[in-house]
Amino acid sequence: MKITEVLETMDYGKAPESAEIAKAWIEKNNARFGLFIDGGFQFPEDREYFETSNPATEQVLASICQAQSQDVEKAMQSARASQPQWEDIGGPARAKYLYALARLMQKHARLFSVVETLDNGKPIRESRDIDIPLVIRHYYFHAGAAQLKDSEMPDQRAHGVVAQVIPWNFPLLMMAWKIAPALAMGNTVVIKPAEYTSLSALLFAEICMEAGLPKGVVNILTGDGRVGEMIISHKEADKVAFTGSTNIGRRIREATAGQGKELTLELGGKSPYIVFDDADLDSAVEGLVDAIWFNQGEVCCAGSRLFVHEGIADVFHEKLRARMDKLRIGDPLDKSVDLGSIIDSKQLKSITERVEEGLKEGGNLYVGNCQLPDSGYYYPPTLITEVDPSCQLMQEEIFGPVLVGSTFRTPDEAVALANNTQYGLATSIWTENINLALDIAPKIKCGVAWINTTNQFDASAGFGGTRESGFGREGGWEGLYSYTRPANGMTDSIVQIKPKHGESIPADIGIDRTAKQFIGGKQVRPDSGYSYPIFSSKGTQIGLVGQGNRKDIRNAVEAANLAKTWGQSTAHLRAQILYYLGENLSIRATEFAERIVDMTGEGITSARKEVELSIERIFTYAAWADKFDGATHSAPIRGLALAMNEPVGTIGIICSDDFPLLGLVSAIAPALAMGNTCVVIPSEPYPLSATDFYQVFDTSDIPAGVINLVTAKHDEIVEAISGHMDLDALWYFGSSGLTATVEKLSATNLKRTWVNHGKFRNWTDSSQAEGKEFLRQSTEIKNIWIPYGE
Amino acid sequence: MSNSASITRTPIQSSERNPGIEFDIEWALSVQANTSAIERRCNALPGRRSIKKHHQAAWLLKAISCIDLTTLSGDDTENRVRRLCQKAKHPVRKETLIGLGIDPSTIRTGAICVYHEMVEVAVSSLIGSGIPVAAVSTGFPAGLSPFSLRLREIYESVKAGAKEIDIVISRRHVLSQDWKALYEEMKAFREACGTAHIKAILATGELGTLRNVARASRICMMAGADFIKTSTGKEGTNATLPVTLTMIRQIRDYYDLTGFKVGYKPAGGISKAKDAITYLVLMKEELGNRWLEPDLFRFGASSLLGDIERQLEHYLTGHYSASHRHAIG
Repeated sequence: MKITEVLETMDYGKAPESAEIAKAWIEKNNARFGLFIDGGFQFPEDREYFETSNPATEQVLASICQAQSQDVEKAMQSARASQPQWEDIGGPARAKYLYALARLMQKHARLFSVVETLDNGKPIRESRDIDIPLVIRHYYFHAGAAQLKDSEMPDQRAHGVVAQVIPWNFPLLMMAWKIAPALAMGNTVVIKPAEYTSLSALLFAEICMEAGLPKGVVNILTGDGRVGEMIISHKEADKVAFTGSTNIGRRIREATAGQGKELTLELGGKSPYIVFDDADLDSAVEGLVDAIWFNQGEVCCAGSRLFVHEGIADVFHEKLRARMDKLRIGDPLDKSVDLGSIIDSKQLKSITERVEEGLKEGGNLYVGNCQLPDSGYYYPPTLITEVDPSCQLMQEEIFGPVLVGSTFRTPDEAVALANNTQYGLATSIWTENINLALDIAPKIKCGVAWINTTNQFDASAGFGGTRESGFGREGGWEGLYSYTRPANGMTDSIVQIKPKHGESIPADIGIDRTAKQFIGGKQVRPDSGYSYPIFSSKGTQIGLVGQGNRKDIRNAVEAANLAKTWGQSTAHLRAQILYYLGENLSIRATEFAERIVDMTGEGITSARKEVELSIERIFTYAAWADKFDGATHSAPIRGLALAMNEPVGTIGIICSDDFPLLGLVSAIAPALAMGNTCVVIPSEPYPLSATDFYQVFDTSDIPAGVINLVTAKHDEIVEAISGHMDLDALWYFGSSGLTATVEKLSATNLKRTWVNHGKFRNWTDSSQAEGKEFLRQSTEIKNIWIPYGE
Repeated sequence: MSNSASITRTPIQSSERNPGIEFDIEWALSVQANTSAIERRCNALPGRRSIKKHHQAAWLLKAISCIDLTTLSGDDTENRVRRLCQKAKHPVRKETLIGLGIDPSTIRTGAICVYHEMVEVAVSSLIGSGIPVAAVSTGFPAGLSPFSLRLREIYESVKAGAKEIDIVISRRHVLSQDWKALYEEMKAFREACGTAHIKAILATGELGTLRNVARASRICMMAGADFIKTSTGKEGTNATLPVTLTMIRQIRDYYDLTGFKVGYKPAGGISKAKDAITYLVLMKEELGNRWLEPDLFRFGASSLLGDIERQLEHYLTGHYSASHRHAIG
C-alpha cells in the first residue's frame, strides 16, 4: 500500500511483534518439553506427549509431556525432601532467590510476553504491558515478604509441600500468584500449569535453574486434569491451591475433604459493573473495555454483568455500542489489537452456545462491528442488554467477551441485583459521589471492589472471592496467611469425648428446668419434639436437652441471617455488649463452675478456672472488637487500596466437646466481635453450659438472632449444617471426627471451613485458643480500590 | 501523484459551521470527568496502537497538514514571519517527499498562527498557497484587556486578512462558575469574527479541574466555537492527553446532540513526532477518521515540524537524521 493510499484510509497497518526469538527458544528445546522435577528437566520413557498450539493460527508450537503417577510421586518426594532446608535457611536467604527470579524474568520480559501470547492468544499489548510486569512485581513483592517473614510473622510457619493447579487465562501470572508467596513463606511447590498453556511455565523452569533455586523447591508437572487430581490428592500435599472453574473447585473441595490439607480456591465469577447516573459515562464505557474485553473476557473477575441506572441507560448503551465498534480484534502479536484469540475451539464453542441458548430467553443483542480474521478462534465483543436476573445469561459465567446488562432504579436495587448471584468475586462501581461509592462497596458480596476503575491488580493487595468464587486471598499480607499456618504446636490427636451414661431419673425433684433451643432470641422447643437426657459424671440425670434436627438448623440460619445488621453496628457497640456479657457471666461464675463439675467430673478448681478464662476471653475479644484494623495497601496508584476486615457473615460453629463453656466462648466471642452472626452447636456430651448461657445472652443486650444455639448430636446434625447453602462459613472443633463430612458437604455452596483435622486444641492455652487466627477466621478481607485526583 | 486531496483539503470549509445552540446550562453541567479513569485511558493508549513503516510516514505527513505553524514572540519581525510562511509552504525537503512518493506541492501546514501585527505580512507571503492565517486575539494570552478592545482586535485581524481567529476565554468566568457570562462572551467573539473561523482557547492549565475543562468546552461549543483549543502556550501546563481526551469527548457529545462538528486544537508542548501520532490516534479512536483532517484538527506547535522531518528522513534512509539537514522556519 502506498503512502498516498494510507493518507486516504488512515489505517493503522500491521505492527507485528516478532516471534522469532520465542520460536528459537522452542527450537532449542526441539519443540519437545519434559517435566521439571527435582531441579531439572526429565524425559521419562514411555510417556505420552500432547501438542500445544497457537490458538490464533491453530499451528502446533511444541509437544508437552503428560506426567504419570510415578512422575507425581517423584516430584512430591523431591518437594518434601527439599522443604525443611528451604524453610530453615530463613526468610532473608529465600528473599535472595525470589529477588533473583524477579531480576531474571525482567531480563527476559519480552521473551516471556511473546511466548505467553503465542501459547494463549492474548494480545501482545496485554502480555507485555500487564501480565509480565505484574508477574515481575509479584516476585519482587514476595522477595520482600520473605525478607520480613521472620520478624513480622514469627508465629506463622510454612505448610510444607504445596500442590497447585492453575488455569490457562493468565498462565504465568497465575503461576506467580501461586509460587511467589508459597516460596516466600518457606513452602516447596508442585504445580501443574493448564494443558493449553504450559510453555511459559517451562520457560520459568529454566529461570529457576538459572537462579540456582535449590532442587525440589519448584516442580512443574505438565499434563491434563488427571495430573491435577493426582497432585492435589497426594498424601504429601499439605496445602492445595487452585485457580479455575467453580465446578472443578467444588470437586477439589470434595476430593481433599478430610485429608488434613489446607485449601484455597480462586474460582469463577459473574462480577457486577454498576454505573450510577452521576458517573463519568465516557470513562465508565472505557472501563468496560478493561473489564469485559480484557483478555477476551476470559477473566474470572471480568465485569460481565452491567447494571446501569435507568435514567442514563439509553445514552450509556449507545456510547458503549459506538465504543465496541472501535475495538480491533485479530492477530494477538499485532501491537494494535484489543482482542486476541479465544484459547481453544472448545471454549469458542462454549461461548457461542451459551449466547445462542441464552438469547432464547430474551435480550437485546449487539455485536461490535469489528472485522474478524478468517482463521483462529475469535469471538466478537458482544453486548446483550435487557437481560433479566432469571436468565441464564445473567446467572452463568460465559468466560468470553460477552457483556450482559440490565437497569436499576435505586442504589438498593443495584445492590440487590448485584448480589443476586452464586458468585462473589469482584465489583466495579462508577459514581462521582464518594458517599454513594463508599456505601455501596461494602454492601456487595465480593473480595475486590473497584471504584471508578476496574481490573486493577497489584502484588500488595489481596485478591480473592466469597461465596462460590472461592476462599482465600492472593497478594498482600493477607495472601501470606494462605501459605502459612500458626506455629502453635497443635500436633496431638483429639480423643473423642463420649456422653456420660446413667439412669434417666432426675437428680432432685425441684422445679423442672427445660433446656430449649435458642433461636432468634427466643427459647423454642426442638422441632423434633424429642429431648435426650444429660448425665453427670456420677451417672445421675442432670437435664434434658432438645434433639436438634435439620429444621432447627434451617430456623437458626434464617434467624441468624435476619440479624446481619449486627455486622453494621459500630465496633464500639459490639465491644460494649461483649464486656457486658463477660460481666453478666462473672455474676454467675459459681453456678457455671458447678455445672461444669457436674457434667464433666472436673474438680471445682479447674472448673472455676475455666469460667475465669471464659470471662477473660470474652474481654479479650471485646478489646479486639474495635482494634482489628484493616490496612491501606501500598499499591502503585494515586489512590487508596483499602483492605477492609468485613464479617464473614453467618458462621456455623460446632463447638469443642471438652471445655463446654470455654470452648464455646472461645469460638463465639471472636465471631461476635467481628460482626458475624452464629449458629452454634454446643458440646455434645456437655451441652448444659451453653443452654445455661442463653439466659446470659438475653440479659446482655445481644440482639435477637445474633447467637443461635441448637443442641444436637454432632454426627446427626453435621449434614444439615454443613450442606446449608445460606451459611457463609462453618467451624468444626468437635471430637467426633467429622472433619471430612464438614469439608465435603461444605462444597454445596463452597462455604469457608475451619476444622481441627482431628487435632487437639488446648482451650486453656491462649497461643492455641485465642488471637489473630480466630480473628482472621472471623473476617473476610475486601480490597477496595479508590483512585482519586482532580 | 494521484489523489492527494486529503492532505490538502482546504482548511475549515468542508463542514457546515457550528452555529451554536441556545444556552443549556443543564446539559453543560451534566458532564463528569473522572481524572484517574481518564489518565488510565491515556496511559494505556500509546501501548494499544502502534503505527509502523509507511503507515507511520503517512500519519506523519497527515500531522504536518494539521500543524498551525506558530510564532508568538515579542521579538517577531516581518522577516521572521515571512521565513515561517515559506516553511509552511515547503515544510519538508523536496527530495524527502519525492522519495516518499509524494508530490511536494501537496504538502503544506494547516495554517500560520501569529499575533495581529503580523497578520498582513503573513497574508501577503501566503498568497496563492491556500494556507490560511490565524491570529491570536482578544488580549492574548491573558484576555484581560477591555472587552470592547478585544472585540475590536478581532475586527482588525479579520480586516487584515486573518481567516481564523484564536480567542482566549475569560478564565475567571469558569473559575467563578459564571457560565452565562462565558457563553455571552464567546457568542460576542463569534459574531465579531463574521466569516472567519473561531478557535476558543480554554487555557486549560488555568481551569483547575478536568470537570471545568469539560464544562467550558461545552459552553464554548454552545456559543458557536468552530474549534476548541487547549492553551495559549503561555500557561504553566499546556496540551496534555487527559485534557485532550476530556475535550474531544465533549466534541463527540456535542456532535451527538446537534449534528455539528467542532474541531480540536491541542497547543503547546507537543514537540515530538511520536506524541503527534499519539494525538492523532486518540482523535481516530474517540472521534473517527473525519477528525484527522485539518478542518477539524490542528496542532498548535512550533518545533514539532522539525522532529517530523527527521523521522521522515529516517524512514526513507534507515538512518537517524540531524536537524541541520532541514530548513528552519
